[in-house]
Amino acid sequence: MPANVITITSGKGGVGKTTAVANLAVGLAMDGAKVVCIDGDIGLRNLDVILGLENRIVYDIVDVIEGRCRLKQAMIRDKKLPELYLIPAAQTRDKNAVSPSDMNRLIKDLRSDYDFVLIDSPAGIERGFKNAIAAADRVLVITNPEISAVRDADRVIGILEAEDKGPGALIINRLNPTLVKNHNMLSAEDVLDLLAVELIGVVPEDENVIIGSNRGAPVAFDPKSKAGQAFRNIAKRLRGEKVPFLDLDHSGGLWQQLQRLTGRK
Amino acid sequence: MHSLIQIKGLRDGLLVSLDDAPWEEQRDALLAQVDGQQSFFHGARLALDVASQVLHVNELVELRDQLSERGIFLWAVVSESPTTEKTAQLLGLATRISKPRPEENRSFSVEDLGEETALFLNRTLRSGTRVEFSGHVVVLGDVNPGAEIVAEGNVIIWGRLRGMVHAGAKGNRNAVICALDLSPTQLRIAEEVSALLKPRAEPTPEIARINADGKLQAEFWSPG
Repeated sequence: MPANVITITSGKGGVGKTTAVANLAVGLAMDGAKVVCIDGDIGLRNLDVILGLENRIVYDIVDVIEGRCRLKQAMIRDKKLPELYLIPAAQTRDKNAVSPSDMNRLIKDLRSDYDFVLIDSPAGIERGFKNAIAAADRVLVITNPEISAVRDADRVIGILEAEDKGPGALIINRLNPTLVKNHNMLSAEDVLDLLAVELIGVVPEDENVIIGSNRGAPVAFDPKSKAGQAFRNIAKRLRGEKVPFLDLDHSGGLWQQLQRLTGRK
Repeated sequence: MHSLIQIKGLRDGLLVSLDDAPWEEQRDALLAQVDGQQSFFHGARLALDVASQVLHVNELVELRDQLSERGIFLWAVVSESPTTEKTAQLLGLATRISKPRPEENRSFSVEDLGEETALFLNRTLRSGTRVEFSGHVVVLGDVNPGAEIVAEGNVIIWGRLRGMVHAGAKGNRNAVICALDLSPTQLRIAEEVSALLKPRAEPTPEIARINADGKLQAEFWSPG
């Protein structure tokens, strides 16, 4: 079966694109899928760091495109998951080193051998973003429950529609249920109300995400982390499984848990 | 033939201005225009400016009946000719109307109101979208924050308006903006700008226009 090519993008920077790519890749590979992730953020590469593969880079995506190495040579195998590969970005070049047709050609070569190709898009809506979505079968738009991030997500969804890449599916990242409950943060419903697209996952705010990123061990490896669970669930949904959404509202107090046990809301 | 007559919108109806060409020709031109845009004229209140045209009772009665058959109510005839004025008074028609201020004349002619000069958008306008149009704009969908519509005529949003809309962009102060949920980032009509629309607890259809004090104001949108 040919690979499913999925691009993760957001418009705004810092909302968790790279973290999401790393964790979804780990989630998919843990379930036995063959996964390649590509860092599309040429000049500002990060995905290698989050996956903990920085010190293994010899060749990068620009080397492949410019013919200095074969595709396989630029693919770095993950430390723990043998079916997970990374194609890193070049750090010393910029976005103009790659064109959308280069991306199409590169991904065409990957399609037959893998189940999923995940592409990490740079922030913005310029060349790098266009490169990242060029070959995508499906686009995941990630946002935070903040007005500025939602606004940018809206813009990106508009561009995706205009480019015939569909409206995409939405990941809401770093949701803080306590803040939402006190009306100090947009709720998932508020975000969906505005963006009006399919929701594929809500990831709660979780300090383990940062700890995992710094260690080079994505939080999806952590069986106890709620965020890790949320990312693993999204990975399952990408494979077509029906997984119920995490119950983020009732995670907190003992009192709510008791109420739930006794069947009262 | 159309060039013989000019049609403008007044606050309370339409003003049709004729020139000094022969009466029959002008009358036929007016009726032809009315027949051509029945849905627009139907139910209209019409004032007629006949310039220096001398008209007698039978001529005005005939026109009034012909208009009436088409669902148009002729309520005033304005003329420079004392004879015509007298005729109109005899028939119980008004002879003085408050003419629109010059700046209102710039647009809002019948040509602008024709079906072909409204832009219909059957989609949601997302952030970064800018729509500019020389007529009216109708959106079946939402206008999200960061989206902009600039129209010379009216703007109707069948959905939620959260972005920026400028109606009457060329100075038409009669332009209106309506939406099922009017919570814009900013509204502009002609030169008036307003960002101070309080969000309502329950979204209600509202219409924004320039009120008698010259301020941009939103009110509940009710038919009639």
